[in-house]
This record gives sequence, structure tokens and C-alpha cells, in this order.
Amino acid sequence: MKQKRKQTQWLLIFIGIVFITIMLVLPLATVLVYALRQGWNAFYGAINDDYTKMALSLTLKTTIVVVMINTLFGIFASWAVTKYRFRIKHILTTLIDIPFSISPIIAGLVFILVFGRIGWAYPFLEKFDISIVFATPGVHIVTIFVTFPFVFRELVPIMTAQGSDEESAAALMGAGWIRIFRKITFPHIKWGLLYGMILCTARALGEFGAVSVVSGHLRGKTVTLPLHVEILFNEFKITSAFAVSSILVIIAVIILIMRNIVEYRVKKEER
Amino acid sequence: MAKSILFFKKKKGNIIPGFGLSMGITITMLSLIVLIPLFSIIITLSDTTLEDFWQIISDEQTIAAYKVSLTCAGIAAAVNFIFGILLAWILTRYQFPMKRFVDGLIELPFALPTAVAGISLTTLYSDKGWIGSIFSKWDIKISYTKTGITIAMIFIGIPFVVRSIQPVLEKLDLQYEEAAEVMGASRFCIFRRIVLPEILPAALAGFGLAFARSIGEYGSVVFIAGNIPYETQITPLIIMNKLEQFNYSAATSIALVMLIFAFIILFSINLLQSLISRIANG
Amino acid sequence: MKKNYRLANKAIATIILFTTVLGTFSGCLKQNSSKNASVVTITNVSYDPTRELYEDYNKLFQEYWEKEKGQKIEIIQSHGGSGKQARAVIEGNEADVVTLALEGDINEIQNAGLIDKDWVKELPDDSSPYTSTIVFLVRKGNPKNIKDWDDIVKPGIEVITPDPKSSGGARWNFLAAWAYADKINNGDEGKNKEFLKALYSNVTVLDSGARGSTTTFVENGQGDVLLAWENEAHLSLKEHPGKFEIITPSLSILAQPSVTVVDEYAKRHKTVEVAKAYLEYLYSDEAQRLAGRNYYRPSNSEILKEFSDTFNLEVELVNINDHFGGWTKATEKFFADGAIFDQIYKK
Repeated sequence: MKQKRKQTQWLLIFIGIVFITIMLVLPLATVLVYALRQGWNAFYGAINDDYTKMALSLTLKTTIVVVMINTLFGIFASWAVTKYRFRIKHILTTLIDIPFSISPIIAGLVFILVFGRIGWAYPFLEKFDISIVFATPGVHIVTIFVTFPFVFRELVPIMTAQGSDEESAAALMGAGWIRIFRKITFPHIKWGLLYGMILCTARALGEFGAVSVVSGHLRGKTVTLPLHVEILFNEFKITSAFAVSSILVIIAVIILIMRNIVEYRVKKEER
Repeated sequence: MAKSILFFKKKKGNIIPGFGLSMGITITMLSLIVLIPLFSIIITLSDTTLEDFWQIISDEQTIAAYKVSLTCAGIAAAVNFIFGILLAWILTRYQFPMKRFVDGLIELPFALPTAVAGISLTTLYSDKGWIGSIFSKWDIKISYTKTGITIAMIFIGIPFVVRSIQPVLEKLDLQYEEAAEVMGASRFCIFRRIVLPEILPAALAGFGLAFARSIGEYGSVVFIAGNIPYETQITPLIIMNKLEQFNYSAATSIALVMLIFAFIILFSINLLQSLISRIANG
Repeated sequence: MKKNYRLANKAIATIILFTTVLGTFSGCLKQNSSKNASVVTITNVSYDPTRELYEDYNKLFQEYWEKEKGQKIEIIQSHGGSGKQARAVIEGNEADVVTLALEGDINEIQNAGLIDKDWVKELPDDSSPYTSTIVFLVRKGNPKNIKDWDDIVKPGIEVITPDPKSSGGARWNFLAAWAYADKINNGDEGKNKEFLKALYSNVTVLDSGARGSTTTFVENGQGDVLLAWENEAHLSLKEHPGKFEIITPSLSILAQPSVTVVDEYAKRHKTVEVAKAYLEYLYSDEAQRLAGRNYYRPSNSEILKEFSDTFNLEVELVNINDHFGGWTKATEKFFADGAIFDQIYKK
């Protein structure tokens, strides 16, 4: 019995590892092989370029803004959707999911249709000399858009599974909203929240399509790291392109390691 | 405030405070970031007649592209559904070497710029690449075929299912499973009767999101698709072609169709999800 | 007591919302970064891959302008697909000058009311200071013995070329093939269509952009021949020395990337004078040589001759205006929805 169980366990692990290797490890290896095929000097040169640095700083700034806003939204929205029963809940949930399913091109285009020269808000913006698209705010907003549901999506299943009995009990005893959230809900959802934030960060770092529509590709101003990769690629500099994209991979890996450390520490404390 | 809107009025029998507040913030942000911008699609379409609209969206080549996008995305999401459950399971329940590494890789498809992902996958699966060359011995082509499109879509969808299930599995109380085991239930039976109902809503949500993301994805799929009309052209490419001709109304028309597809899929999954959790909670 | 709590909640919510909204939009106000009044900034919206050309040219022009006018200028570059870049300018990307791959793309900007009419006549040689053409890139030693357009329509030859519907630059490829077919068929359009049908049925991968096609051909080893812009073919040779060869067909098309000032935006930025000078200086001898070194054919025929080692000057080049009646007509006839390109693929 016990041995059979061990067998299934290793079989499942084996299948999982094979899938991961084919779908994720090999593409990653391809990126690194390309990045390094002209040697370390070429790699270092591509990374140590002024435009690469500017693109990196824009990408990091954007990611921070985006993750903050979407975390805030995710907490409120998932609370609203799971702790109460109300009409059209499904429509609301689906509307929040919409940004996932929109082609990045269209995601960018809708903001052009609002804030661009052909958009309906343009006369107003022009009056006050505000530019949103083809400037950094546009980059921020579309990234918020494409990563909008991430935190929400992670929180909903957990909150659903947890139910609202504990909260109701606390409310009966007269606890306020913030207190209930802090003392009861938050401990349940914190790992989901972390997952959501990580997903959101990863997606915000790598978003290309939508940003490319609204950025205008102004070098050193509105070019994010993924756009910079695309530009290098189009300039027939495939090695540099892959070298720069390995920065993104490295950032992602650092974030994931940080997550693991936090998780490990907190779980240890809880014991 | 949102409280005054009849639609959002909460049903009786709930005493948790903070409804108006959380709903208010949700609706406001949703409107600002999603709804108002999306509404501009409809504004743009307002000067297109219904006839023109129909003609654009029912063009033969476009319909062929819908088919390609939907079938490939459906298969990819199904693959992710199965492997997502498997991966989430082994990552939460088992210990094995390199587990942290595997866990960390899951988000990679998001962090890699889509163009880079697309180029790497194409290289890997073309008949000269590491994996493609193995298959080409049996005369199976992967890059530049529908199989290739499906593989790219699996790639971008991996994190959704895994990361939806993982937190739920981690929270799942082991004692029910242990109790069932003591009572002599088989492992498979335990999984099917106890674990699966708990994770199914999350897994379905992951499925829906992976599917929805796949039909919209452009950057990573376009390199591995051969883009031959009627065969391997995906819908986002058709939108791109319309834009290249400066035809905004045609582009937004097709975008609207895709939006409706996605809405229907996500909506039915949301319904299904709450149905399951209602059954599970009695 | 309870009421107070609720009030507090609402207050917090309002504050959070305002911060979020303000936070998002605070960066929106244009920073009037007039740190130094003597520095003028202009934006050049261009297509790929002209970056190296303009990186060198910008230095050249900055020196020239400072010497002439004693004024420092900063030039912001933007590169992307030609059609996409044109669209961005129409949608509000405030470029002072555009240097794009197709006259047709600039015409769209003109139709949007941003550029004065007859911009083509404002600069010499149809406002194209450098040109290029469509050539064949084949594998080393030319194993399939491809010499001319006839050879690539033969059954069994695999051709790689981008989709003219999604890549503006790829339209030149299509038109070059059409011009050749037109010559051998003496203008019989039915036969021309057959020729192109044969050509495109040999196409195994129809990438969405020129760069994608090059990757497919060069990195992934697909196909026997790549239809490419001459300058891009040279860049591939440079990146992979000794692996490929350039074959120039007997007849090809004169691809004329066009440049012009975006009048509306330049007026708003008060940069008309410098923007004009920026483009005019592209015709100077130094700039022409720079274009040649970056594998673009200089429009100055004297300087073009200096580069006879790089370029095959024997090829017969047809001009889009003379042969196809200009971009607008060509687009309608070949690339609009349901036009000849779509018909070729219709079953």
C-alpha cells in the first residue's frame, strides 16, 4: 500500500517535471543560449547601455505603481464579491476579468480611442496641456489595465472557500470593517495575496503588446524593457535583444526567491 | 453611492459591514480603468452600419481565423487544466529536489517579453530546433502549424491554472483526507471526492483565464504561427492587418466579436464556479 | 458609535480613491522641461531598422547645426513598424519629422490633416534621400541555383516573405514580383496573377513583419530564399558572415523611404526651421555617404557610384509612380480587403 503510494507520487512528480522542462526550462535555456552566444562581453555591452538602463528604470517604476493600485483594487473587489450576496454578481466578476481576454493590441487601442488625437477626451486634454498616451502616464495606465484582475482573481477562490461565517460572527460581536479584515480575513488570504502580487509583478514587467501601442517608442522616454527588446530585435541585434530580456528573467527570479524566503520565514514563525 | 443603485443592492441576511465602501471602490475603479475605455470601442463603431459590421465579421478569412484561435486556445486551456492541477498538487503536497526552482519557474511566461518567448519557442520547435528535430524524424512539423500555435498558447497559460489552485490546496485541511484514508478510501477516490470539489472552482477559473488570454495573445503566437491565410492565421493578426490599412472600424468590429466570445466564456465559467461552490457548501 | 465607524470607513475610502486617481494622473502634466532655453528638442519618428543610420546622422547634424546657428539640439528617436509608427503620429505621437518606409504611410498622416499637401515635392527625389530595393537572400553556395524571379516560382522552392497585409514594407516585395511578371507577360494581368499565385503558394511561412521573416530564414533555417530589403539583407550578412549570399534579380523595384516635416506638430513646437534643416541636410555629401555605409542606396548618383562594390548597379529598377500610378492606387488595387492579394489566397 505504502509503496504503491510512493510510486504514484514519483510518477506524478516525473510527469510534472517533464512538462515543466519541455514548456518552460527549454525556452528559458534558449534565451540564455542566444544571449551568450557572442560571449560575455557582448552580453555585458548590451546590458550596460544607457538606453537599456533608462528602459529598466521606467519598467521598474511602472511595475511598482501598477502593483500598488491593483493590490488595492483586488482586496476591495474580492471582498465585495465574496462576502456579500447581490444581484449581477456574475456580470461584475466577468467584467473585472475582461482585461485578461482582450488582445493586447486592442487594450492599447481603446486608450488611444479615449486619450489620443482621435479620441473623445483629446480636446479636453489639449486645453490643459496634458498628454497621457505617447507619454509615461499612458504606459502606466495600460499596464494597470492588462494586469487589472490578477490580485482579484487570486483572492476570490480563497475567500470563497473560506466562506463568510467567521466574519459574520465577528460582525455580530460588533467588530468594524477594518478590524474584521485585519484580524480574520487577512490571515487567510495573505499567501493568495502574495501570489497575486507576484503574478501581477511578473506580468507588468513583461507586458509588451498594449504598451507598444500607446508608448510611441520614444527612446529614453517611453520605452520599457520589453519594447527595448523588440527594438533591438528589429535592428537585427538578436543577441542584444536576448541579453536584455535575460534581465527581465533575472528580476523575475529575484522576486520569486524573495517570495520563497518570506513564505518560509512566516510559516516557520506560525508554527 | 453604489448603495443607491438597485442592481447592487445586497440581499438581506448579511451583517458584515463595509459593503458600500468596498463596492464603491470596486465600481469606481472598474469604470475608470476598464469600462469607460472599452466603451470607446462602441463609440468608434457608432458610424458603422450593421450591414458593414456583419460583412466585416463574417468574412471568410476572418471566420477561418476565429476557428483557428478558438480551437487552439481550447486545446491549450484543456492541457493547462490537467497539468495545472498536477503541478499544483505536486508543488503543495510532495517534497522533491529542485522543488523551489520548479515553483519559481511558473511565472516565467509572464515575465518574458512576448516576442522573446515567441522567438524562443519557434526556434525550439522548428525542424532545426532541439525538440522540433526529434519530431521531424517522424515527419511531424510543430512550428508554423496549428500544433505550434497551441504550444505557444499552453506556454502563456501555464501560470493561470497552477497559481489559482495552489493557494486553495495549501489551505485545504488535511484531516478530511486522513479521515477518509483511515476509513479505507482509495487515494484516487479521496482525490475525486474530497480534493477535487474543493479545487474545481479555482481550476475552472484558471481554465477560463488561460483560454481567454490565449485567444487574445498576439506577440508570442505570431512568430510560431505560419500566418498562412485560412490555415494558420489567428484572429489578433487579422485585427493587426485591418489596423495596418488604417481601418479602425474594421479592427474594432473584430475586436468586439472577440470580446463577446471572451465574455461568454468567462461568464459561463463564473456561473459554473459559483454553482459548484454552492453544491460544495450545501 | 457604529455610525462614526461607518463614516470613518467612507472617509478612508474617499482618501484612498483620490490618492489612486491622483497618483495615476499626476505624471500626466507635461513637464515644461526648459532646463536650457538654447537646447531645442525634436522628435524623429522612423521605422526599423534605421537606428544606426540616424544615430550617426544625428551626431553629424548636431555638429553642423551648432556650427551654423550656435544652437544645441537634442533628437529623440522612435523606431517601429512603418505603418504602426504612422498610426501613432496620427493618434497623437507628436513627431516633428517622420522618416518612414512608405510614401503611403506619410499620405495617411497628411489625410489626417497633420502634413501640408504636396509634401512629396518639398524635397529632392520625391523626398527620399536614400533608397533601397528588393533582393534575394539565399544560403551559401546558392544550392537551389536561384538567379531571378522565374526560379522562385518553380515548384519545390520554399520562399520566405512577410505578409503584405500586416507589414507595409513587404508590399514592396509583392510589387517587385508583379513588376517582373508584368514585363514577361507584356501586361497580361491574368497571367500576372497566376505568377504571383505560384509565388505565394511556395511561401511556407508568411511572417507578420520583415524582421520575423529574417529570423525564420536565418535563425530557424526555414526556406530556400528570403525576399528582403537590400539593406536588411546586408545586415544579415554582417551578423552571419559566410553563411548567406545576396542575389540581385534582373528587375526589381525602387523602394523609396520618404521623409517629411509634420507641419502641424512642428508649428506647435516652434521647430519648423530646424526640422526642415534636419531633413535637407540628409542630402549633403556626408549624410549621403553615411546612408551608403548603412547599406541604403544614396539618392545622389555620384555618391552611389562610390558604393558600386556594395550595390549591384546593373539591376533594372521600376518606380512605383511610373509603373503603378503611385501608392494610393497600388494599395487599392493589390492590398485592400478583397483585392488581388486576397484573391490569390482565395480557394
